[in-house]
Amino acid sequence: MADQIVELYGAENLVLVGIQRRGVQLSERIARIIDEREDTQLPRGALDITLYRDDLQTVGPRPVVGSTHLPWALDDKCVVIVDDVLYTGRTVRAALDELADFGRPARIALAVLVDRGGRELPIHADVVGKVVDVPSGDRVDVLVSELDGEDAVVIVPRRSET
Amino acid sequence: MTEGQRSKVKGQSEHTQPILLRGGRILDPSQGLDTVGDVLVVDGQIEHAGTSLGDVRRDDNPLEIDCNGQVIAPGFIDVHCHLREPGREDVETIATGARAAAAGGFTAICAMPNTDPVTDNQAAVGFIVRQALRAEAARVYPIGAISVGQRGEALAEFGEMVGAGAVAFSDDGRPVVSAHLMRTALEYARSFDVPIADHCEEPTLAAGGSMNEGLVSARLGLKGVPNEAEEIMVIRDILLARRTGGHVHLCHMSTKGSVELIRWGKERGIRVTAEVCPHHLTLTEESVEGYNTNAKMNPPLRTAADVAALRAAVRDGTIDLVATDHAPHHYDEKEREFADAPNGIVGLETALGVLLTHLLHSGAVDLATLIMRMSVTPARVFKIPGGSLKRGNVADITIFDPLHSWIVDPAAFRSKGRNSPYAGARLTGRATCTIVNGRIVHNLDVR
Amino acid sequence: MIPRAGAPAGAAGTASAVPPVSPVVPVGKDLLGLENLTASQIGLILDTAEPFKEISERQIKKVPTLRGMTIVNLFFEASTRTRISFEFAEKRLSADTVNVAASASSVSKGETLVDTARNLEAMRIDMVVIRHGASGAARFLADRIDSNVINAGDGTHEHPTQGLLDLLTIRDHRGPIQGRRVCLCGDVLHSRVARSNIWGLQRLGAEVAVCGPRSLLPNAIEEFGVRVFQRIEEAIEWAEVLNVLRLQLERMTAGYIPSLREYNRVFGVTREKLERAPRDILIMHPGPMNRGVEIDSDVADGPHSVILDQVTNGVAVRMAVLYLLAGGKPELAEAAKGER
Repeated sequence: MADQIVELYGAENLVLVGIQRRGVQLSERIARIIDEREDTQLPRGALDITLYRDDLQTVGPRPVVGSTHLPWALDDKCVVIVDDVLYTGRTVRAALDELADFGRPARIALAVLVDRGGRELPIHADVVGKVVDVPSGDRVDVLVSELDGEDAVVIVPRRSET
Repeated sequence: MTEGQRSKVKGQSEHTQPILLRGGRILDPSQGLDTVGDVLVVDGQIEHAGTSLGDVRRDDNPLEIDCNGQVIAPGFIDVHCHLREPGREDVETIATGARAAAAGGFTAICAMPNTDPVTDNQAAVGFIVRQALRAEAARVYPIGAISVGQRGEALAEFGEMVGAGAVAFSDDGRPVVSAHLMRTALEYARSFDVPIADHCEEPTLAAGGSMNEGLVSARLGLKGVPNEAEEIMVIRDILLARRTGGHVHLCHMSTKGSVELIRWGKERGIRVTAEVCPHHLTLTEESVEGYNTNAKMNPPLRTAADVAALRAAVRDGTIDLVATDHAPHHYDEKEREFADAPNGIVGLETALGVLLTHLLHSGAVDLATLIMRMSVTPARVFKIPGGSLKRGNVADITIFDPLHSWIVDPAAFRSKGRNSPYAGARLTGRATCTIVNGRIVHNLDVR
Repeated sequence: MIPRAGAPAGAAGTASAVPPVSPVVPVGKDLLGLENLTASQIGLILDTAEPFKEISERQIKKVPTLRGMTIVNLFFEASTRTRISFEFAEKRLSADTVNVAASASSVSKGETLVDTARNLEAMRIDMVVIRHGASGAARFLADRIDSNVINAGDGTHEHPTQGLLDLLTIRDHRGPIQGRRVCLCGDVLHSRVARSNIWGLQRLGAEVAVCGPRSLLPNAIEEFGVRVFQRIEEAIEWAEVLNVLRLQLERMTAGYIPSLREYNRVFGVTREKLERAPRDILIMHPGPMNRGVEIDSDVADGPHSVILDQVTNGVAVRMAVLYLLAGGKPELAEAAKGER
């Protein structure tokens, strides 16, 4: 994925922004790889999209709001949003809205580890780690060692927690 | 008895059917009577109260009432009520108050004068007497104001008011702030041999307070009224009664300290009597929790220590009698921010139930003492008819079932007031039949 | 399969991952005071306030979270600072706000508090922020309307958002509240800020003291479980944080203290008194300050003062409270299970 990003967009003016929570860890890993290979110090950011969700009224108890950290001006940059799983596309939509409140990047691209289809909005990922095909009721969760103690991609069937 | 009272007692007794109360527990502390038996009422008077009359046939065809399981007592008398007529008939009238009293087992009540206009002259007193007669329920005796308009300045016309039927004088609602006025009132009242009833509240200490001063008021952020606001006036009144030889009656006592001061006064033979309300014998300041305006009254609910002292005082007679301080308010007025809500709760229809449930059944006070405080002593202290089932006495009788279980529902009150902290409470004990002047004015079954 | 801990069954996310939900019991329909909140509920509000601080640093100080919600600021007492703070919080969450000042509303014509509230509710208000001169007014309102009610100060009872922002400020500068020594100085008897602070601090395990003239401390103050200092010097000797309360001028005319001059001499926080402190004491004040009475200017503007941080934290805390109270309905969450 790191190679693909560099191939598509180059390492100049590149900003990697991970979506809370696990997108942040993935974004950090990709940034490190690019820094090693291209001898750069890429600006990294973290985006919490909770306050921009379109389903806050129905989701029940209030989700915990994580931190948002975008220290660089985004104008004229190429911002690559990094997330763990792309499904309906609503998270990315929220991220796009939030980024718009911070500035006007030259371009925004999307890199995801897993694309599981099932889009509800016209959103596409530019860089994909793996495509999986999973029934719509099931969940696909990515685990990262920084938070969960291991790296894994897990498929959780519907109703296993009811 | 005044002319006015005498004629009232006589006038109503004609044409009433005699009543025979069968097999009840007759409890009359005025003659040390406690026996199962019958009571016969003829022409508005007690003809017999005692051993069963057996199956004696009578020509006058008395109405027989089976009192098995009931207690038959001399009619209860509440010397402290607020009937809002004249002025606030939307909240209570003399008629609705008298009917509420009857439903609560009271055969007589005394109406405080803080009406609008204030009852401070003979015409006003006469008005209340007439309205009460029309109600044909419990008797209503007017209490006149001590000062004109209850303004605490000029003495009102005690003599004329007594002549029209007043049985005592009070500026209740307000304290008598001027010690000089209190002294003069006590002296002047001696000429008519009536008590001066004082609402004991030192105004500068109590100003702005809406509940007892203590931990609860500190937590709720409400200004409190310290015990001393009452006690300072209590001792003042006792000392003035000593100086003047007058009779001071202390309204709605609420603190342990007041009880101690009253004891001090009585030990010295000072003519002081005192009353306590059922709520001060059963509730504490914790009832205010949640800013419950039905726990707001003046004097306020105090602490458990005060409740215990008041109960002991009821037992040993330091507190002479129980009165309700029945104070109806409109729902809208009570439905307000706590500090703005008016003081007072209704009590006529819950008093007996509350006292039986929390004092009798808990073992705090025995039944004879309770009846003493609710009937015998009020009659004696205020010198009004009743308070005894001796032969020849006026037939004011309260029949009650001390085990009747019921739930307080203010919507079913005869009073127009619904402001009771006992709403929804289950009580054990209720008046089942109230007889005034030989006529049934309340009957629970018939409701 | 790896079981997912802490995630509510079926709570939908905008992506496939479920957002981490706090296991704490939600605050409820209203925020009326701190007395009855648990330590974890208070902790939740403070933790939620953290990310909201960042929004006020952005250029576009707005997130769409409460878009479409209508919030009424119902202020029966004049208060510029608290009202503005709430207004900023509401607007930065994209809510629509309406300010009702008691003198402008029909309350002055004698409309009851209940009717005012019901009229507003009939216009489909989502939340009411109320400040009122009567203790218990916020509870009175909350019991009678379905909208969320936030107490912005009721009489002398509670001012929970002030208590919360004070806690957050102490936490920012001195770390966890547990074991911190905080002294509230001044007219505790009439102070809703003091009560909210006492309860909030105690819930989180701080040691709490008060200092002021006895005539301005509640008679039952010891029963609150706080230490009582008779002299400001003793408080300074003991405390890590001094929260200096505003002395209202009316107290002098009502006879609680003889003069403001004496109050400043004996109980005022001055530079010389502070200089004798054995440690670096944090100075706080809920505002507005009576400079030269309860606190001297060189203290209020000095290096120990975090008074302006309190103001900044105020907006973040209020945003957090609004966010947490305007919760979604769990029934809808059930309906939306797994479909997103």
